[in-house]
Amino acid sequence: MANDLFNSFMTGPDEQGRFGDFGGRFVSETLMPLILSLEEEYEKAKTDDSFWAEMNDLWTHYVGRPSPLYFAERLTDHLGGAKVYMKRDELNHTGAHKINNVLGQIILARRMGKTRIIAETGAGQHGVATATVCAKFGLKCVVYMGAHDVERQAPNVFRMRLLGAEVVPVTSGRGTLKDAMNDALRDWVTNVRDTFYCIGTVAGPHPYPAMVRDFQAIIGKEVREQMDAAEGRLPDTLVAAIGGGSNAMGLFFPFLDDKDVNIIGVEAGGKGVNAKMEHCASLTGGRPGVLHGNRTYLLQDDDGQILEGFSISAGLDYPGIGPEHAWLHEIGRAKYVSITDVEALEAFQLCCTLEGIIPALEPSHALAHVMKLAPTLPKDHIICMNMCGRGDKDIFTVAKALGFEMGNFG
Amino acid sequence: MTRIDAKFADLKAAGKKAFVSYVMAGDPDFDTSLEIVKGLPGAGVDIIELGLPFTDPMADGPTIQLAGQRSLEGGMTLQRTLDLARAFRETDDTTPIVLMGYYNPIYSRGVDKFLVDAKEAGIDGLIVVDLPPEEDSELCIPAQAAGLNFIRLATPTTDDKRLPRVLQNTSGFVYYVSITGITGSAEAEATDVGPEVARIKSQTDLPIIVGFGINTPEKSRAIASVADGAVVGSAIVAKIAKGDSVTEILTFVKSLADGAHSA
Repeated sequence: MANDLFNSFMTGPDEQGRFGDFGGRFVSETLMPLILSLEEEYEKAKTDDSFWAEMNDLWTHYVGRPSPLYFAERLTDHLGGAKVYMKRDELNHTGAHKINNVLGQIILARRMGKTRIIAETGAGQHGVATATVCAKFGLKCVVYMGAHDVERQAPNVFRMRLLGAEVVPVTSGRGTLKDAMNDALRDWVTNVRDTFYCIGTVAGPHPYPAMVRDFQAIIGKEVREQMDAAEGRLPDTLVAAIGGGSNAMGLFFPFLDDKDVNIIGVEAGGKGVNAKMEHCASLTGGRPGVLHGNRTYLLQDDDGQILEGFSISAGLDYPGIGPEHAWLHEIGRAKYVSITDVEALEAFQLCCTLEGIIPALEPSHALAHVMKLAPTLPKDHIICMNMCGRGDKDIFTVAKALGFEMGNFG
Repeated sequence: MTRIDAKFADLKAAGKKAFVSYVMAGDPDFDTSLEIVKGLPGAGVDIIELGLPFTDPMADGPTIQLAGQRSLEGGMTLQRTLDLARAFRETDDTTPIVLMGYYNPIYSRGVDKFLVDAKEAGIDGLIVVDLPPEEDSELCIPAQAAGLNFIRLATPTTDDKRLPRVLQNTSGFVYYVSITGITGSAEAEATDVGPEVARIKSQTDLPIIVGFGINTPEKSRAIASVADGAVVGSAIVAKIAKGDSVTEILTFVKSLADGAHSA
């Protein structure tokens, strides 16, 4: 099937930036010329060996790629079913997969002669990665972060400031990732000539969803090789958490045409998908709409007004999802499920005690689904989940949720 | 010929520049908003831009963001916005109304249904900020087929190479955004705007109306003198936010209209 181009799932998007009906370029005219020139620059870079040579060098020596593929033996024994592997992208420099993409965009920004970088961030991981790479290249960096997230992700705010970035708390809306993205877009419209908008996920106007996916696809490419070395075959099931969906798209994309590989995306179920929209499961609980430059599944009311999502994980707290996921959902190539805050917290703790890995709350959602799935599958079934971030940033949130008072170690 | 085309023909015959005002539908509430809108033609407004509230107005500054929030909190919807236009039409059948906003509420309602309802409510044109020419098949082309003008934004970043594409499916007038930025931020300068208007005029016969960054009668006059008219939004919306009376608001609007008309 991989050679059957007529049935390939890997050829999107089309020239209009569409994956089926999703994606597109829904932005104001001020930004349109810049988006077209970014697309042109990216198309050139994609086939330019010197671009990829620079990426590979930085991935190896600065990020620490390839990240290990790890067999989680005690977790596997505990669950009593399928073998569970973890792709250890939390071991990257800055602690998450986000830097894979940031490097690509900053190299492009430099090629385009842009001197000022802006970014939005939810959990702060994309903001930290952007601040990091900007420091390395001596670029001015401004990060928009919802005021609510500034509060619950204080360690990452301090990291960004240490790295020389300006962090702007966003108070419009409910002060989360969606609102940070609005303000980043407003900044971009105002400073369009010298500024590059480094988007952290596989969303936004074309070419961002495709470009971010291509930079993150290093995750899935490595898994193919590493799984072949470990098991001599492909995994049976891939599981990854989804906010916007960049770590998931990075893991999934290289496997889209391997029809025997099951692909499962895990959305943030918050307090439960049926409970008054107190969740961030756009595919399970939303419907198609247009926001932030693309058509995709959105949490919205009957009037088309966007709703604020809810999740314990700041990184998943977004009312939309990347358009390629919306398409994969509609055509049925990938399956999407949701996991509640409570389930994610249980998985978080189990991972700490069984594997000695403190996961971020985002991949804890993926892990929680693995915990449901693995016991139902035979022992020769191989699951690979993306451990896309480490949990250092989340210990305060988790302590609060578990009723543990920080500072009280009696 | 839409009410917009008719209005510009009249203005041209009278040798006058156009004054266009923006208010958010339902701000601060439905009834007050309707009273303000009904008073606009008497205050000298030639074309009414009626804001369609949206939760995520990515091209707007804080003034219009907050107006949208007030309006939504008061229960405003796309349906109620059309109701407001229809109520206005009961007493005024000539002043054009341009609905200005973002695509999702329209998409959510369904484009075909929206166009029928908008036309029936007396809407004459649409400005949809997040629909560039690349997305013309979404709403622009169906809207023109339904007899509504689709007014495009041209900006300082729209270069000569791109301009024909922007003008191609535009009708009614061209809205030139005087600054690279959001509404209610930097101030427009007539010395910058004049050459840009001339540049666009060399490629179209449509009237060029300039907006963003116009907030005083003097600025309204200065900008109108180098274009076919001026738009004021945030400065009026700020008065509404402050709680000024309808009379005070309309007096301010009249001063802005007089500015443009004296150009």
